[in-house]
Amino acid sequence: MADILAFAETRDGALRQVAREVVAAARSVADQMQGQVVALVIGGPGSTEAASDLARYGADRILVAEDESLGLYNPDVAVEVVASAVAGATPGAILFPASAQGKDLAARVAARLDVALASEVTEIDVEDGQPVVTRPMYGGKAYGRFRFLDSPALISLRPNVFPANEDPRAGTVEALASVAVERKTRIVGLEKAERETLDVREAPVVVAGGRGLQDPDNWKLLEDLVDALGEEATLGASRAVVDAGWRPHSEQVGQTGKVVSPGLYFAVGISGAIQHLAGIRTAGVIVAVNKDAEAPIFGVANYGVVGDLFEVLPRLTEEIRAVRGSDG
Amino acid sequence: MNCGGVGSPHYSERLLLLCKTEGIKLRTIVCIKRVPDSEARVRVSADGRGIDPSGLKFVMNPYDEIALEAALQLKEKAGDGAVTAITVGTDDAKETLRSALAMGADDGVLLRSEGSIDGLAIARALADEVSGRQYDLLLFGKQAIDDDNMQVPAMVAQMLGLPCATVVVDLEIDDGVATAKREIEGGHEILEFDLPGVVAAQKGLKEPRYPSLKGIMAAKRKPLEEKDIELRAPKIELLDLTMPPARPEPQIVGEGPEAVPELVRRLREEAKVI
Ligand SMILES: Cc1cc2nc3c(=O)[nH]c(=O)nc-3n(C[C@H](O)[C@H](O)[C@H](O)COP(=O)(O)OP(=O)(O)OC[C@H]3O[C@@H](n4cnc5c(N)ncnc54)[C@H](O)[C@@H]3O)c2cc1C
Ligand SMILES: Nc1ncnc2c1ncn2[C@@H]1O[C@H](COP(=O)(O)O)[C@@H](O)[C@H]1O
Repeated sequence: MADILAFAETRDGALRQVAREVVAAARSVADQMQGQVVALVIGGPGSTEAASDLARYGADRILVAEDESLGLYNPDVAVEVVASAVAGATPGAILFPASAQGKDLAARVAARLDVALASEVTEIDVEDGQPVVTRPMYGGKAYGRFRFLDSPALISLRPNVFPANEDPRAGTVEALASVAVERKTRIVGLEKAERETLDVREAPVVVAGGRGLQDPDNWKLLEDLVDALGEEATLGASRAVVDAGWRPHSEQVGQTGKVVSPGLYFAVGISGAIQHLAGIRTAGVIVAVNKDAEAPIFGVANYGVVGDLFEVLPRLTEEIRAVRGSDG
Repeated sequence: MNCGGVGSPHYSERLLLLCKTEGIKLRTIVCIKRVPDSEARVRVSADGRGIDPSGLKFVMNPYDEIALEAALQLKEKAGDGAVTAITVGTDDAKETLRSALAMGADDGVLLRSEGSIDGLAIARALADEVSGRQYDLLLFGKQAIDDDNMQVPAMVAQMLGLPCATVVVDLEIDDGVATAKREIEGGHEILEFDLPGVVAAQKGLKEPRYPSLKGIMAAKRKPLEEKDIELRAPKIELLDLTMPPARPEPQIVGEGPEAVPELVRRLREEAKVI
């Protein structure tokens, strides 16, 4: 019997989707380990209210550290808050989202508690009452299965892989006492991208473009397709176009970019180099549009269209608009 | 003169000021790892516990090249300093250290061991090694592209009680203060801390240089220290390594825009994704 602590990430006083994913995954692990789900929220004003929603995803208890000074993620403080929550809950495992914040924090907590961390996990099983995790390695070219030799087991979950299933529990909210910490790191600002779009790792649908688009101005074609696909869609890019300065590197998909797991991935004018394929192996459905029938991308695409993207894309956007529009 | 890293950070900060006046500007330690080339087709070894290294080309981890480049440029900008490259690995990793020296690092250190799947054990060894050294900045790659652990830099920072910025795309050092721009979902965070501190490099921070012929020749004469170390026992066990699950059989729906209606139909009715 062991409880599972789930770090539920917030931003601007609101839960992030990865927070729901982590709590729902914790619920399923806790059920197999006959324990409770203890969700942990650290954030600025509004966090307590937002946190109460975690009951829907299976939190038995919800610990909240809310303070004006916690609005922006500060690793020096967050690691001590987690440590204090662990001291009070003695969990068998701690789950984090493998987000920028979650990965930073999980590594700090691992060193703080002196226990191992498995990053970017895509599957959690429970064997003999202990978690066994699967995680992609070598940029997704191989999968490792791991067990932990000490407790708690620290696990970060790849975004978009674990479904945020609802399974309501009591979700009693408890305020955490504040911890006194020396802040060595000062957070001096936050820059948001001009266009408020979903991150390529967290979006359910990704439309990625490569050198085949020939010119950065032609991204209009991809943006139109994103628009047609709705709010869940965002843009991605191959390294070639990031290196050319056509697209920001935050959009790069691949072994040295972001590894993505959307339900639907469009690769447009992307050849499918091994480093790019490494980044999309855990994607659900892959659609490729390329004029070269021999392009390696067709070797992994669930659906391929061989043709000139400048002709195929406008038609695709139009058709998708039509079928989505007919849903009303 | 001790410029930091030993004892409490406050103590080292004061010393750092002293160092400045003596003209020792910026000491950086860069942690680098030897990994299979990103181009490599990885095969699982016969015992299913690792990869088969035969026929693979090994290189310096691409993010560590970026970190090293950042260190070299910071030194050039400061007008004076020292860049030390450290790796935990087998004798083969000496080749990686030589590449670092060829790019411009001043000296290299091999902590000889078989390595570990547990990032915590690597972090411990690196933290122990640097505690006995003088430094202002510890630079890492954000991730090793073999184990994909993404954990060693923040662990080392936590162990040494140092401030830390991970996934950094921009870094300025001014008057003993580091300002780092850190990539997060949908934007960037700007962090600031007093040196000494830890920074983990993301793509975009700097574009790594190719070693010049002169650099390669000079590397042969640069100091390369070797020490045998005992890594701490791992707290995690790799049960097995397997090839990724097969993807569904690829299908070509058709050619040109005429294939689009059929594609959309399949996405809707077969795959149910739109
Ligand atoms: C260390 C290292 C790390 C790397 N990491 C990454 C990574 O993380 N991500 C990544 O993506 N790459 C990575 N790469 C680069 C990778 O090897 C490829 O160079 C890159 O992915 C190619 O990008 P691309 O497919 O856009 O361009 P190309 O390979 O040039 O492909 C363009 C494609 O567009 C098609 N095309 C052209 N015109 C049209 C048209 N009118 N209509 C339809 N199709 C058209 C062509 O047939 C071609 O297949 C890495 C490389 C190295 C060495
Ligand atoms: N064996 C090693 N020797 C030296 N540095 C390492 C080693 N392993 C990891 N690192 C450093 O830690 C970073 C992150 O690695 P990881 O946490 O393993 O993904 C790397 O980019 C290196 O800078």
